[in-house]
Amino acid sequence: MKRAFAFFGLAAGALALSLAATRDASAIPPPFINDAAILGEMQLDGEVRVMPRTLREYGFFLDAAGRYPDLRLIPYELNTPLWSDGADKLRYIYVPEGKMIEASGEGLLRFPVGTAIIKTFAFGEGEDQRYIETRVLMHRADGWIALPYRWNAEQTEATLALAGGRIDLTTPQGEAISYRIPNKNQCKTCHSLDGAVVPIGPKARNMSPAVLGRLESAGKLAGVPEVDHPMPQWGDDTAPTAALARAYLDANCAHCHQPGGGASNSGLDLRWEQQDPFAIGVNKHPVAAGRGAGGMLVSIEPGNPDASIIVHRMDSNEPGVAMPELGRSSVDHKAVALIRRWIAEMAPAAGRPD
Amino acid sequence: MIRLTLAAALLASSAPLLAETHTITAGDGAQERLQETLILAEPGDEIVLEAGRYVLTDGLSLDVDGVTVRGAGMDGTVLDFTTQAGAGEGLLVTSDNVTLRDFALENPKGDGIKSKGADNIVYYRIRVTWTNGPDASNGAYGIYPVESTGVLVDGAKVTGASDAGIYVGQSNLITVRNSIAEANVAGIEIENSRNALVEHNIATRNTGGILVFDLPGLPVMGGGNVIVANNLVVANDTPNFAPPGNIVAGVRRGTGIMVMANDNVLIEDNIIDENPTAPIMVIAYTMGFEDERYNPLPRDVVVGNNLYGTGGDDPQLDGADMLLAAFGGALPPVLWDGLGSIYAVEGTAGWSLNLTEQGKGLGAANPSPLAAPVPAAEFDRSGIGAPAELDERIG
Repeated sequence: MKRAFAFFGLAAGALALSLAATRDASAIPPPFINDAAILGEMQLDGEVRVMPRTLREYGFFLDAAGRYPDLRLIPYELNTPLWSDGADKLRYIYVPEGKMIEASGEGLLRFPVGTAIIKTFAFGEGEDQRYIETRVLMHRADGWIALPYRWNAEQTEATLALAGGRIDLTTPQGEAISYRIPNKNQCKTCHSLDGAVVPIGPKARNMSPAVLGRLESAGKLAGVPEVDHPMPQWGDDTAPTAALARAYLDANCAHCHQPGGGASNSGLDLRWEQQDPFAIGVNKHPVAAGRGAGGMLVSIEPGNPDASIIVHRMDSNEPGVAMPELGRSSVDHKAVALIRRWIAEMAPAAGRPD
Repeated sequence: MIRLTLAAALLASSAPLLAETHTITAGDGAQERLQETLILAEPGDEIVLEAGRYVLTDGLSLDVDGVTVRGAGMDGTVLDFTTQAGAGEGLLVTSDNVTLRDFALENPKGDGIKSKGADNIVYYRIRVTWTNGPDASNGAYGIYPVESTGVLVDGAKVTGASDAGIYVGQSNLITVRNSIAEANVAGIEIENSRNALVEHNIATRNTGGILVFDLPGLPVMGGGNVIVANNLVVANDTPNFAPPGNIVAGVRRGTGIMVMANDNVLIEDNIIDENPTAPIMVIAYTMGFEDERYNPLPRDVVVGNNLYGTGGDDPQLDGADMLLAAFGGALPPVLWDGLGSIYAVEGTAGWSLNLTEQGKGLGAANPSPLAAPVPAAEFDRSGIGAPAELDERIG
């Protein structure tokens, strides 16, 4: 591959000339990962496409159907993931040649410019598995950009869905829903901190030693960081309820509900590291919840899940009430049960992890 | 793609010389067409929404600085969210220097238009209506700028919000004027904000007309420097239909202008009529709190000359009958809880609950006629209101 890069590097100028007339270069899958597409820079055809029209243009996958990732895509999993109507998620990190990820304590990994984080949302098992959308988060010189790509019915191509879209499907829970593909701005709504787009998921504390080790042995992470307070594995029934609950809230809510996040004005801070019970909602009155409050007085009333707004909003499917506002069209019943149990077991003024 | 390079240069110089106009029509695919245009717009561009009814299933959002979204009038261009299936508001704006004008939103499931961290925003002749009238299942806020510096709301009309029609929160340099707030729980609410001018509005048939609040536990606190002047605050007599749990659910039916906490508030030259609980109410934050940064008292609230009609004649207060009997059939126009400090021009009739402690309820109330000192000095109006450049945008 290295040689191929060198070759294309040398030939780029000539190719730019010869391909200039071909407006849609994305019709030809590039035989390598297209760093220029990730970076939003001039491609071999002489064009700059800030928002490539097809997923294929990046060359992340060896086949048009996106089933076979390039070997330089490193798969990763999260301990406690964001829930998206029960979708299966295939996650990959791509870091360009010669670049490294740096750890930043237990928090979000620091990805170099040129990084792409790729996440495909799929429903169905085995042969019946269908890709719905692939979201691509790219680190460019001027910051991160998030773009949604929607798979066609034939499962042969994913095209840019700037304005998002809706698709009818049945969730693994057997619920028929209108699944929502977010638009580009909605990507940013969740992926925003202090007005800039940032990754959410890949925090060291939410990645297992095995996953971090995988990045390291791929030569892409300079040392596995020490994690004193790892988030538990979702589904680990031996983990304390409070830890599971706080991990879920961190992964599903805290990207907005934190200082500098999209819902900062609520004053609610659901990050894993937040230790102040009031900040996570204990006996906290709503600010701008409107009818979302559902007649309840506080976000969390210790010992009383039925009087806790957080449960009410997680358990609703209605726009204007449902939380999270984006990214789900059905209720995560398992999570609602967990949060109910956590609040029921909570002694007044409690609510800290571990 | 040359345009992109140019756009970058223009961004740098912030002089949108090549501003484009994008025209959108109602009909099939309006959701995608409009949203794509909102995403692809460049700073300085104008998006024109031709007259028609746009049936939308998802919230819209705008994240590009300096864009104008212009409809064909608040009755001509209607964004209809009756069948909205997702998102927490009809339109979300997260960029600066945006102008929204001459269109309407109907029946958004959550809030109408929310602008967050969107500095120097103009809402001009925008209508947000929940068409079924007052209903707890309506969305919370019609027009909802928050965490922003520079907000101008002019000529807006909001009806049916289950919280506040026009709500400005955690913001600075604000003007709300020439607008109509009707049949909301709160007509116009200025919350945890500074330097706000609320003038020449009509607030009617709400539960409470105009509210100026400061609440604890929020990222931005210390509301104050607010002028409420030349408003028509009439017949705010709709029973409170806010979902319980929200702060406005505690607003009594028939409240005209209400100040809770805040410092330096001027209430002057308003016409206040037929508000059966209290034409003007000035009180401390009523609940307990633990936030050390927070001052729960109203300080230096000035009641200037206002024109008072009837009011205070059917108060939603404990012991209303006794109070009415004591005051001769109607309570005087200004109700103060006795906490903090209030000034009133000579001849202002009022009464005080004479509370001595904040957050302890009304148990210790010991009502008596108001004895407020006259204002010591001219109210300092400097720095209050939206920046003048926002006026120029709608000139």
